[in-house]
Amino acid sequence: MNTMNGVGVSKGIAIGAARVYYKEKIEVNSGKDSVSPQDKEAILEESLKKTKEEIESNYESLKKTNQQEAEIFEAHLLILEDPTLQEKIKENIKSGYNLAYAVKSAFDGFVETLKNLQSDYMKERAQDLLDILDSLLRNILNKPKVDLSKLPANSILVAEDLTPSDTATLDRKNVLGFITEKGGPTSHTAILAEALGIPAVVGVKALLENVDNGDEIILDGTQGGVYINADDDIKGRYEHLKKEIEENDRLLREKAKEFSYTKSGKRIEVVANIGSPKDVDNALEMGAEGVGLYRTEFLFLDRDTPPTEDEQFEAYKVVAERFKPYPIIIRTLDIGGDKQISYLNLEHELNPFLGVRAIRLCLKETELFKTQLRAILKASAYGNILIMYPMIAIKEEIIEANKVINEVREELRSKNVTFDENIKVGIMVEIPSAALNAEELVDYVDFFSIGTNDLTQYTFASDRTNENLSYLYRPLDSPVLKLIKLTVDASHMKGKWTGVCGELAGDPEAIPILVNLGVDELSMSPSKIPEAKRIIRTL
Amino acid sequence: MKTQSFVIKNKVGLHARPAAVLVQAANKFKSEIKLEKDGNEVSAKSILGVLSLGAEKGTVVVVTANGVDEEEALKTIEELVNNNFGDPE
Repeated sequence: MNTMNGVGVSKGIAIGAARVYYKEKIEVNSGKDSVSPQDKEAILEESLKKTKEEIESNYESLKKTNQQEAEIFEAHLLILEDPTLQEKIKENIKSGYNLAYAVKSAFDGFVETLKNLQSDYMKERAQDLLDILDSLLRNILNKPKVDLSKLPANSILVAEDLTPSDTATLDRKNVLGFITEKGGPTSHTAILAEALGIPAVVGVKALLENVDNGDEIILDGTQGGVYINADDDIKGRYEHLKKEIEENDRLLREKAKEFSYTKSGKRIEVVANIGSPKDVDNALEMGAEGVGLYRTEFLFLDRDTPPTEDEQFEAYKVVAERFKPYPIIIRTLDIGGDKQISYLNLEHELNPFLGVRAIRLCLKETELFKTQLRAILKASAYGNILIMYPMIAIKEEIIEANKVINEVREELRSKNVTFDENIKVGIMVEIPSAALNAEELVDYVDFFSIGTNDLTQYTFASDRTNENLSYLYRPLDSPVLKLIKLTVDASHMKGKWTGVCGELAGDPEAIPILVNLGVDELSMSPSKIPEAKRIIRTL
Repeated sequence: MKTQSFVIKNKVGLHARPAAVLVQAANKFKSEIKLEKDGNEVSAKSILGVLSLGAEKGTVVVVTANGVDEEEALKTIEELVNNNFGDPE
């Protein structure tokens, strides 16, 4: 038996047979030759085309399940077609070098530059470049790649290093895990492994000297351990552990579909934060009992004109229908300040976090606000929709916003458009003045939802995006907890409820504290829901 | 010719994805667009150029656009910078 250690970059346990992957190094000599520049450029053209197709196929195979990771290959395409790089290659061709060297030396210049950058993250990008270079050289020299998509079942892939394109072509059914000698936790390969849910350990020194094809491997992606031909004792332990993890996962998921009650019998609603209709599948899968925060900003960003009422209506309606009869809370536009939109022509502000943002902006730009409210009200006929205003500081803002809603209601009634006449309206409590005055504000709303991220930053007067002030980000310190308590108590006094939709809501350490303070609803990223429900059941 | 400086605000700086977003945007314009940081000048249409700047969070990048749509180009880049190139932080 042989035990080795590396860095676990994708958690989970895999037990299988080693498939050692030797990547043949491509040797390129720096000689000149007599092939004409035209012929070289023709071969280059053809090879670029093939390489482009390979990258596109990696992109396509990942896109369906892992859009964000697939974008790595979009960047690869841009690199392959980079004008500066192409120019350099052509220069080298003109100087008479053989084509492979002309290409390699052009890449090498950029690889060196990237390797000399300060941040580790940027340095890792040199690996992306080498990946593309390798594919391109193989096409120029007609050297086929080992096909990693056809490995036998129960394989543990063992390699010196894996490139992002290697990782993307792996057959996810047959490859149970992988181990590499090189690589770090910020490499694209490590990121891909985690996204694909394949256990992986990287940076295992002298790995290839110690593993042969067919060796039985136990790979612990959580601890970073690798066991080669382990004795029965260790194997038994890991088989047991693996079963336990799988069983836990299954139970957690299964239980996540059920409501969660504390030991004293209080139901805590566990709902999802979503940013677009694309997030609905995952939220339902994870056991969300509704949406506690539907951010509507995605509709407004990255475009030249505001979204139309119909566009918005569709985006709200589809989510309401999918979750019916569960509630979905739509937060009205939270933009302005640090998030600029060109078509709104917002004024430049010295203190954007304290400036004209969210409800403050909507009350100034009433047409924008009305269009959104019309779309929300119309969609309310198709499910259980609640409206929530962000960044409320004083009661007059609620009164003012409700006035706008009432105008829209009148307008819809006069046109005989159906909508939920009893639609509930609440506010985000994220400014200390709102929490301190919750007792008065509660009379103007149906519910409160506490945004802990902003509440913390405004309580400590500390910009939460400023790394130098991270020591002041203290959402669980008594000043913030006192404000949460004031809000919860004020709502309960009037038979109303309070939720939490900031990051704290999904934090295992914070959940017992929030429940203890009397919070009725927790809204979080979908992936955190199963564990949150488990914790609630122990309280 | 128009010039404007920007502070990169997203957490990991102009790494692969934000750089790709920037280059894709720059490619839509006819104008020549250059980025400059600490005396290094690169084309905004070259992802390798942009990556080689190593522009991390907090660095100042000077953008120069020259051509028929220079104003639009700078405006688009300003928006991208302000929206952290679509990064959450």
